Amino acid sequence: METYRSDTWTALGDRTRKAIFELLLDRPRPVGELASELPVSRPAVSQHLRVLKDAGLVTDQPSGSRRIYRVDPDGLAALRADLELFWGKALAAYKGAVEQATEENR
Amino acid sequence: MSTHTQATMTTVRSSVVVEAPIERAFEVFTKDFDRFKPREHNMLPVDIAESVFEPHVGGHLYDRGVDGSECRWARVLVYEPPHRVVFTWDISPRWQIETDRDRSSEVEVRFIAETAQRTRVALEHRYLDRHGGGWEGLREGVGGSDGWPLYLQRYAALLR
Repeated sequence: METYRSDTWTALGDRTRKAIFELLLDRPRPVGELASELPVSRPAVSQHLRVLKDAGLVTDQPSGSRRIYRVDPDGLAALRADLELFWGKALAAYKGAVEQATEENR
Repeated sequence: MSTHTQATMTTVRSSVVVEAPIERAFEVFTKDFDRFKPREHNMLPVDIAESVFEPHVGGHLYDRGVDGSECRWARVLVYEPPHRVVFTWDISPRWQIETDRDRSSEVEVRFIAETAQRTRVALEHRYLDRHGGGWEGLREGVGGSDGWPLYLQRYAALLR
């Protein structure tokens, strides 16, 4: 019996968990669907998901009688925030530049 | 300001409507790139003299420092005036040049004529997960690589 630790490094060091994580990266899925795409049992998938969840890599929410698992977006949040700021600024400045250029061209 | 920004998990979208014909909108975006790229985003050790968008496939987007040094941070993948450009984003989440091409994201800019004098410019910065931002770094399972401390720290904090 493997001893699970809530450690992110360990969490993705396991081949099956890495596969689960990659499937969730593609899109959110319930346990049953993950189990059907992997050569492991449903209880095993549940256990792996618990490790990923403890490590802060996935989140889950109920949907009817099932739970839908998804990648925790916090990992990308900082990068996204930076880029949103960057492109927001760039496009605002671009609008200024293009409209000024158009004025000058008239 | 009619800019609009929204994001999905691995994509950042931003768009703006400009009062200009599509040809001009495209031309300013590429030829006058220097006029609007935020200057404070600088990976050179010196101030930027100029930012250049080389207008052809295989060209680069680069910053030239006041001392003549260059920082090439994007490669042009698609150049279809006046409708579309796609370039890579060879900048890591720590705002450093990423030399591993597999860890580049991609920026697509589309120009859509709304009227003869008005153009919508829709920008999509996608495949952010390719940068690794924690995920790839963690997948590799090796410590000490200096690429993703931001994310590693973040994840480490979750373990405490």
